[in-house]
Amino acid sequence: MLYSLCFLLFMVGLYCAVVKKNMVKIVLGILVMEYAVNLFLIMLGYRAGGVAPIVSKEDIVEAGGTLSSMFVAKSVDPLPQALVLTAIVISLGSLALMISICIRTYEKYETFDITEIRRLKG
Amino acid sequence: MSLPAVPLPTFVAVPLIAAFALPLFGKRGKSAATFLANAVTIFLLCCAVASIGRTAVYEIGRWPIPLGINLVLDGLSCLMLLAISTVSAAAMLFSTRYMERYTAKSKYLCLFMLMVAGMNGVVLSGDIFNMFVFLEIASLASYALVAFGCEHEELEAAFKYMVLGSIASTFVLFGVGLVYGNTGTLNMAYISKAISESGLNSGLTFALALFIAGFGLKAAIVPFHAWLPDAHPSAPAPISAMLSGVIIKALGIYAMSRIVFNVFGITVEVGWLLMILGILSMIIGAFMAIGQWDLKRLMAYSSISQIGYVVLGIGFGGLLIAKGAKAQWSALAILGGLFHLVNHSVYKSLLFLTSGSVEMSTGTRDMKQLGGLAEKMPVTRAAATIGSAAIAGVPPFSGFWSKLILVIAAVGSGFYWVAAIIVFVSLCTLIMYLKVQRYVFLGELPEALRETKEQKNSMLIAMVFLACLCVLMGLLLVPPLRSSVLEPAVRVITDGVSYSTNVIEMVRESVKL
Repeated sequence: MLYSLCFLLFMVGLYCAVVKKNMVKIVLGILVMEYAVNLFLIMLGYRAGGVAPIVSKEDIVEAGGTLSSMFVAKSVDPLPQALVLTAIVISLGSLALMISICIRTYEKYETFDITEIRRLKG
Repeated sequence: MSLPAVPLPTFVAVPLIAAFALPLFGKRGKSAATFLANAVTIFLLCCAVASIGRTAVYEIGRWPIPLGINLVLDGLSCLMLLAISTVSAAAMLFSTRYMERYTAKSKYLCLFMLMVAGMNGVVLSGDIFNMFVFLEIASLASYALVAFGCEHEELEAAFKYMVLGSIASTFVLFGVGLVYGNTGTLNMAYISKAISESGLNSGLTFALALFIAGFGLKAAIVPFHAWLPDAHPSAPAPISAMLSGVIIKALGIYAMSRIVFNVFGITVEVGWLLMILGILSMIIGAFMAIGQWDLKRLMAYSSISQIGYVVLGIGFGGLLIAKGAKAQWSALAILGGLFHLVNHSVYKSLLFLTSGSVEMSTGTRDMKQLGGLAEKMPVTRAAATIGSAAIAGVPPFSGFWSKLILVIAAVGSGFYWVAAIIVFVSLCTLIMYLKVQRYVFLGELPEALRETKEQKNSMLIAMVFLACLCVLMGLLLVPPLRSSVLEPAVRVITDGVSYSTNVIEMVRESVKL
C-alpha cells in the first residue's frame, strides 16, 4: 500500500517533468521524482517499532563479537539510509546546475516557457 | 616482458585529484594546467594499455565483499578503458589550442577530468550503487560541458539534455532500490547469484525494465534519442568527440550490457527488445542524418545510427545465446558489436575533431556556406576522408571489418533480413558522408573563405593520431591482439551470469595470496 503511494508520487513527478511547459516546473517535477525514489529507499529498510542501528556494549554477545539476535531482529537496515544520504547530495548538485542553467536561459531568452525557447530544430 | 600491475583505483583517483587540483592554477598558470591535464590523460592511456589481458578485483578500504565496495577489471572493462583513454587523450590534445577561444579554461579542464573519472569509475565498479554514483559524476560534468559556451543554443540543449539525463538517473536509482529490496545486496556478483538462485520475480522484472529505459536514455537509443542531436553539436568540438565517442557508450551501452548480461541474465524477450531497438536506431538515425545541413548535427544523428549497430550486435548475440543457437555465431555477433563500439569511438571522435577544426577556421558549420576546403586545409581534409571511409565501411578501414563480422554472424545464423538491413544502413551512411565531402571539402570555394588557414600543432597531432588508429584498427582482428583485447571482452558477455562465480573466485584467490 505504502509502496504504491510512493510509486504514485514518482509518477506525479514524471508527469510534471514531461507535460509542463515552464522550465522551473520541470525542475520541480524532477525533484519530486527524486524524493519519491529516496522515500522508497528509506521504506525498504524501515521496520515498524525498530531501533536505530547503533551497536552498544549490551548488544554484543561475548563470543567473537557477534551481535545478539534481539538487536538483529529489531534494528532498521542502515544501508538504504547511507544510500539516501548519497542520493540527496547528488540531487543537490544536479539541482544547483539545473537552476543555474534556468537562470542563464532566462537572461538570454527572457522567458521560462520551453515552447518559446526553440532555436534548435530538425 | 611484464609490465607492473596498475592498481585499479588509479584510473579513478588520478583524474579525480587532477580535477580538483587544476582550477588552483588560476589564470596565470593556464599553460601549466593544460600541460598537466595532457600528462594525466596520456598517463591513463599508458595505464590502460598496461592492463590489457589482466583481470583483478580490488576491495576498497579492504572491506571484504559483499560488505564493501569492489572494483572489477575484466575483459569488457579493459576494452572500455582503452576506448575512453584513447579518445580522452586525443580530445585533450585537441583542446589545448581549441579551448583558447573560451574564458575559464581551467574550469573546462576540471570538468573534463571529472568526466573521465566518472566514466572510468562506471566501467570498473563492481557495485551497483557505486556505479550509479560514478554515472552521476560523469553526467553532471557532461551537462555542464554542453552548456559551456553559455549562448542561446548551448543553454537550450544543455537544459534538454539535463532534464532527460536526470529522469534516466532517477530510473536507474529506482531500479537499484528495487534490486536491493529483492536480493538484499548491492554487489553485482552477489545480486547475480541471488537472481540465478531464486529466478526473476515481478519486482526484479520491473527493475530490469527501469534499467533498460534509464541506460537507453543515456545511450540515446531511438525512442529515447531526442536530446542527442541538440546536445552533441552544441558542445565545444572536443567535448562533442567525448560525448559521441565514449560517454554514450560507457554510461549507456556498457552499463546496460553489464546489467542485462552479467547481473540479470539474458532472455529471449530482452534479446529481441535490444535487437529491435538497435535496428530502429540504425534506420531512423541514418534517415534523419541525410537531411541535415549542419555539419555537427549530421554527425550527431549518425552517432545514433552507429550506436544502433552496437546495440544490434549485442542484442543479437544475446538472442542467439538465449535461444541456445551455436555458440560460434552468438560470440561472433557480440564480437562484431563490441568491435564496432571501439571503432565508432575512434572514428566518430575523429570526425567531430575535424568538424571542430573546420568550424574554428571558417567560423561556420553550415554546409551550404562551406565548400572547396580541400586545398586550404589538406590535413583536416585527409583526416575527414579517412574518418568518413571508416564509418561508411570502405574495405581497408576499421568500420568495414566490424560490419563484415556482423553480416557474417547474421547470415550464418539464418537471419538474412538483419544482414540486409546492416548493408542498407551502411549505404545510407556512405551517402551522408559523401554529402559532407561534397559540400565541405570539394566544390567551389566561397568568396568569404578565401583567407581560410589550416590549423596548427596539437590539433593536427590529435587528428593524425586518430586517423592512423582508424587505418590500423583492423589489426585488432589479427590473432595475438584479438585474443588479448577483443576475445576476453566477448567472453565476459557470453559467460553471462557466471560472472558472479568468476568474481567471487577471484576474490578468494587474492585472499589466498
